[in-house]
Amino acid sequence: MGVNDQTGGAAVPQNLVHARPDDPFTSMVSDGLADHGYVLARADDLITWARTGSLMWLTFGLACCAMEMMQAAMPRYDMERFGFAPRGTPRHSDVIIVAGTLTNKMAPAIRKIYDQMPEPRYVISMGSCANGGGYYHYSYSVVRGVDRILPVDVYVPGCPPTAEALLYGIMQLQKRIRRTGSIKR
Amino acid sequence: MDESLKELGEHIAASLENEVTGTDVAFGELTVMARAEQIKKVLKFLRDDPACRFSTLIDVCGADYPGRAKRFDVVYHLLSLHQNQRVRVKVRADEETPVPSVIDIFPSANWYERETFDMYGVMFSDHPDLRRLLTDYGFTGHPLRKDFPLTGYVEVRYDEEQKRVVYEPVQLTQEFRNFDTLSPWEGAKYILPNEDGADSEAES
Repeated sequence: MGVNDQTGGAAVPQNLVHARPDDPFTSMVSDGLADHGYVLARADDLITWARTGSLMWLTFGLACCAMEMMQAAMPRYDMERFGFAPRGTPRHSDVIIVAGTLTNKMAPAIRKIYDQMPEPRYVISMGSCANGGGYYHYSYSVVRGVDRILPVDVYVPGCPPTAEALLYGIMQLQKRIRRTGSIKR
Repeated sequence: MDESLKELGEHIAASLENEVTGTDVAFGELTVMARAEQIKKVLKFLRDDPACRFSTLIDVCGADYPGRAKRFDVVYHLLSLHQNQRVRVKVRADEETPVPSVIDIFPSANWYERETFDMYGVMFSDHPDLRRLLTDYGFTGHPLRKDFPLTGYVEVRYDEEQKRVVYEPVQLTQEFRNFDTLSPWEGAKYILPNEDGADSEAES
């Protein structure tokens, strides 16, 4: 309640107003078109809607986190209802979920796989080990965070994160794409 | 159970007088100490003798005792499905003298010996392919030796300019801290407040 009092009338951010024009003319045209079976929408909205609804993710299970990743893909949590479908090859994928401990020996391989993914591409770092080395932070053979190798978009904390946590991370990624999405590749 | 193990140990020691230096039954397990240069003969006997028939090699591994002249143990674990028994064979090794490879007796020893070489630097003679097995390509050192630093010597990073993964000397933002002050091997080097070290010094 206190927050509302302070922000007052300026609670709606400027960019949100810009992103969703609600002027009388647009709504009039939209209403007119709706009668004939058409819908008026901004191209950006349409593209980000399509993009968030058909994210193909590349499984990159490296350790126990992969179990939770599989669980999130199975019918109980069913990531595909968010249009988030598993894919076996980097050349068909938009997202890579790095689930588990990344070792020094694996680091060049994961970078090679990431380089094969077409733009725009996103990285979800799943679990403590992928986020910052986790339990193996001081080990001689483990990379202290996937972000030393790949640019990470979403970090999912946990050891391992639950399937719900991963699902939340995916929804955060979709939100991010929706906000920053552009036609430019 | 212990009786049959003891009998088995006596049988092994009696049959291999020159090869076996001692037997021991502890925690319900039989350990046979053997001479490293005779390990092939010992394992062949254990495999073929009708009273033993240890036909399955479970594991070959190492152990490091830095204080000893022959600092490494090479440990062989065997299983006899016929007798429902297990046995552990230990030989001693150092960094230079190779231990005879037992691949012609147990072919499964191939990768076990590679792993032992990788982790401890124990050499195996007559091994067809004694390369590193687990550690990174171009890795230096043997990680399970007691004098190998926990964090190793190098860490990796993707270099945006060279467009490849590069190796750099380890730089930790925070040193590793060991809170296990009660460890008989490596207690903390500093004294934590309200721990045994601080209190006992204040009292004495």
